[in-house]
Amino acid sequence: MPICLPQVARRAQARALLIACALLQIAAADETRYAAERKALGAEIQRAAAQTAYATGRARFSARVMKAMDAVPRHRFVPTGSVANAYENRPLAIGHGQTISQPYIVALMTELLEPKSGDVMLEVGTGSGYQAAVLSRLVTRVQTIEIIAPLADSATARLRELGYDNVQVKSGDGYYGWPDHAPYDGIIVTAAANSIPPPLIAQLKPGGRMVIPVGAPFHTQDLILLRKDPDGKVTTTSVLPVAFVPLTGSR
Amino acid sequence: MARRDSALLALSIGLLAGAALAYQVLLFRLLAIIQWHSFAAMIISLALLGHGAAGTALALTGKRLLPRFHAVYATSAALFAIAVPACWALAQRLPFNGLELVWNPGQLGWLAGIFLLLSLPFFFAACCFGLAFMYARERIPALYAADLLGAGLGAALATGLLFLLPAGDALRVAAIAGALAAILLPAPRLARLALPALAVLSTLVMPDAWLTPRITEFKGLPRTLQVMGAAIEAEYSSPYGLLTIVRNDTIPFRHAPGRSLAATTEPPPQLAVFTDGDAMTALTDYDGRRESLAYLDEMTSALPYHLIDRPRVLVLGAGGGAEVLQAIYHEAREVHAVELNPTMLELLRARLLKSWVQLHAGDARGFVRTDRAQYDLVQLAPLDSYGGSGAGVQTMAESYLYTVEAIADYYARLAPGGFLALTRWEKQPPREGLKLFATAVSALDAPGANARDRFALIRGWQTSTLLVKRGTLTDADLDRLRAFCEARGFDPAWFPGITPDDVNRHHRVPRAWLHEGAVALLGAEAGRFIADYKFNVAPATDDRPYFFHFFRWPLLPELISLRGQGALTLLDTGYLVLIGTLAIAVPLSLLLILAPLAALGPRQRGERRLRSGVYFLCLGLAFLFVEIACMQRYGLFVGHPLFAPVVVLAGFLVFAGAGSFVASRVRNRPRALKWAIAGIVLMLLVQAIALPPSPGIVESTAGRVLLTLGLIAPLAFLMGLPFPLGLSSLADAAPAAVPWAWGINGCASVLSALLAALLAVHLGFNAVLMMAAGLYGLAVMAWNLEMTP
Repeated sequence: MPICLPQVARRAQARALLIACALLQIAAADETRYAAERKALGAEIQRAAAQTAYATGRARFSARVMKAMDAVPRHRFVPTGSVANAYENRPLAIGHGQTISQPYIVALMTELLEPKSGDVMLEVGTGSGYQAAVLSRLVTRVQTIEIIAPLADSATARLRELGYDNVQVKSGDGYYGWPDHAPYDGIIVTAAANSIPPPLIAQLKPGGRMVIPVGAPFHTQDLILLRKDPDGKVTTTSVLPVAFVPLTGSR
Repeated sequence: MARRDSALLALSIGLLAGAALAYQVLLFRLLAIIQWHSFAAMIISLALLGHGAAGTALALTGKRLLPRFHAVYATSAALFAIAVPACWALAQRLPFNGLELVWNPGQLGWLAGIFLLLSLPFFFAACCFGLAFMYARERIPALYAADLLGAGLGAALATGLLFLLPAGDALRVAAIAGALAAILLPAPRLARLALPALAVLSTLVMPDAWLTPRITEFKGLPRTLQVMGAAIEAEYSSPYGLLTIVRNDTIPFRHAPGRSLAATTEPPPQLAVFTDGDAMTALTDYDGRRESLAYLDEMTSALPYHLIDRPRVLVLGAGGGAEVLQAIYHEAREVHAVELNPTMLELLRARLLKSWVQLHAGDARGFVRTDRAQYDLVQLAPLDSYGGSGAGVQTMAESYLYTVEAIADYYARLAPGGFLALTRWEKQPPREGLKLFATAVSALDAPGANARDRFALIRGWQTSTLLVKRGTLTDADLDRLRAFCEARGFDPAWFPGITPDDVNRHHRVPRAWLHEGAVALLGAEAGRFIADYKFNVAPATDDRPYFFHFFRWPLLPELISLRGQGALTLLDTGYLVLIGTLAIAVPLSLLLILAPLAALGPRQRGERRLRSGVYFLCLGLAFLFVEIACMQRYGLFVGHPLFAPVVVLAGFLVFAGAGSFVASRVRNRPRALKWAIAGIVLMLLVQAIALPPSPGIVESTAGRVLLTLGLIAPLAFLMGLPFPLGLSSLADAAPAAVPWAWGINGCASVLSALLAALLAVHLGFNAVLMMAAGLYGLAVMAWNLEMTP
């Protein structure tokens, strides 16, 4: 019997379709699993938030912030080797001596910035772009500057691919901020410098807030919250992310 | 054995022991560059278990190897030579990240990989020694003497070598010395010539890039080099550390740690200088215009200049010179600056070419202990990095800069009305600031001194500065202090007459812990406060010089329960690393000690074996206890943190080697051992109680080095006797047990180094010496009973 070519082709096609479906199913299963892990992580963050209420002044993080945390696929912001750990509540290395922060700290910093829908925010230290992505779900626009060129490039590509089109990445020196889009409702300086650049404070709107995590890589111990009141007067506060009191018997 | 053979064997053992110790010294330097101090110490300790493993391996196989002694010895020495550079090249490629340990215990796997690789050379070297003791057991004391002498010389030569070669290249020299040890013996040609030739060849052709330290990407230098525009301008390697100078004309450094948030000026162009890839300091371009240095007035450390006009200043730890420039900005009448690293000093000198600043090479503590001049201001800024301090990686490093005695020494250099200014990194909750305050209060706690009127403590968002005045702070002083803080947004935490309204106004913290702590530390309940504070803020002393050790055990469960908030970052990694190392080393050592016993069969067990085990264990522990405690105590006496440990280490090994040599003459006198140990115990007590003397008694460093050697010589000489005496007796009675005893000694040395650190943290180095005396006592008891029929 002569081989019926169209039939073979059809069979191959069907097989290819099956494989594609299977792959899609795997991918979909992955996505479902990641979504579930993200939910669990969200719950863990809220538990930690409740414990640190005394220090942060918030019994729980706002629904808006938590929704934004839930909307951003952290596994797309970590190196391939760390995807399995993407939804663990811990910082991860992203290459170039940089890290992606612990999710709880990201949520806390976002919360401290009090983002509102019409806001324009500046980030100094893009890193993987994760923090910018979370902020972008909450404000109108995020301008972000990265001092390490390859990181700026990869973050730009990643954010574009994932459709975060209200985030703009620039590679360069963060010291002078990004005057073209100033003033900002909020600024986050994740590239913990040993002094806080005066030009950044100048680019903060009256009533605006700035957050600066302090500590070694993997060891964020303290967040500095800088507030500019409507008259332009600046006050700063140390916010402890950990519900820890150093004196026994006091709270 | 022919006389010539025996001499060659001794020579070979000395050479190999020297190479092994050089490898150890170089490894410490290399690991301190690629990782941090505490990890370096841990990795080396564990790698030294290679000695113990060799003892075990020989106990199990030695009998079979002995007939081919020369071939096995030469092969093992050649393998040592091959392994030294190769294992380093491999080990440093493993992606171990110590900072991630608190988040990811899986990092321990990489750590294990590193120490296993690095232990291979120790294993091969120790196989040679153990096998030689089996082979030439009638000459054990002489061979052991060669081992110690070689090790002593190796330690000294390796340090000297670091002045000539980068540490990675110096490894090649250690490897070649090992290969030479292989060719000295009449082994078959393959083992004697081919393998060593291969070792030398592989060492020589190994690319530089494999041996050059690959610094962990999370240290300051690699992070800085990632920034666009950054480039290495120069690199200087010496035993003081690897200095790397980085230039960045695209994105300036603007290094001004802890600067006021109210600051508006920008620092002049700077070069960044890193020591061992971290602890950045800035070399600032000073063009002679005073106003370009205005940024230096925006730091907490500028406070004393507002209380005293045109002072004579002594800067301790000049680094890149920020405090020197700060003094210039404030028009100091005279500036003296002390810096340990001569290369750094030269860099600074070149920048301050026409300046009248007087630069002194030396250790800060050593300088103030021998200097006779008086100053209006003694300024000590943090020399370590904020990051390193934050991650607690330095916690097990001894520091003689921040002890009760150190502060008393600084205070003694003050002219009446002068100020001592100590600046430290400020953390939340406070640790360094409080511990420094407690230490200073303890230093000035003389009856009638009315210390509380002499202290002022202020904090910014990243640093705190403690002022101690030689005299009472006046109202005018306090007015100026308030104005200084007000203008810069700093907060006072203590001054005489401070009220709750004065604190926590500018940079607000959850609670004014630093202030509350300072008040408590000056009050009657100071002891209670220290006991109740969850971090260890008890004053550091010269006997327990662990200023950076803040960990207390009750912290652990609390912080673990808060780990979801990242609470483990509040732990000091260094101390936990030490505990972790012990937790690995103890069972591994037990295994290495007990496994051969089981294999040797029931006939070999029993009380006698137990007693000789105790004897060698005690000796191994005690020898290093003494060596480590003396290195610290005489380090302070010599006043030079580089030369002193080398002098003491090399001195100990060489004098002990001489003692071992003499042991061969007295080995047939039954009472020799007892007398030797009695002498050791007596001298240890003298060391603990009366030595070292005050450094003031000898003016020159060289004089103090000679005196140190003189004071340790008799003790070290006697300490060289018990081990070879015991080992040769054992060789007569039970030759199969010789490598077993050698392995115990190897394991004990590892445990000893770790235990000494742990004991010193909790009880002090004096206690370490006393315990060594106790261990020698225990050893002689164990031995005595065994000798009794």
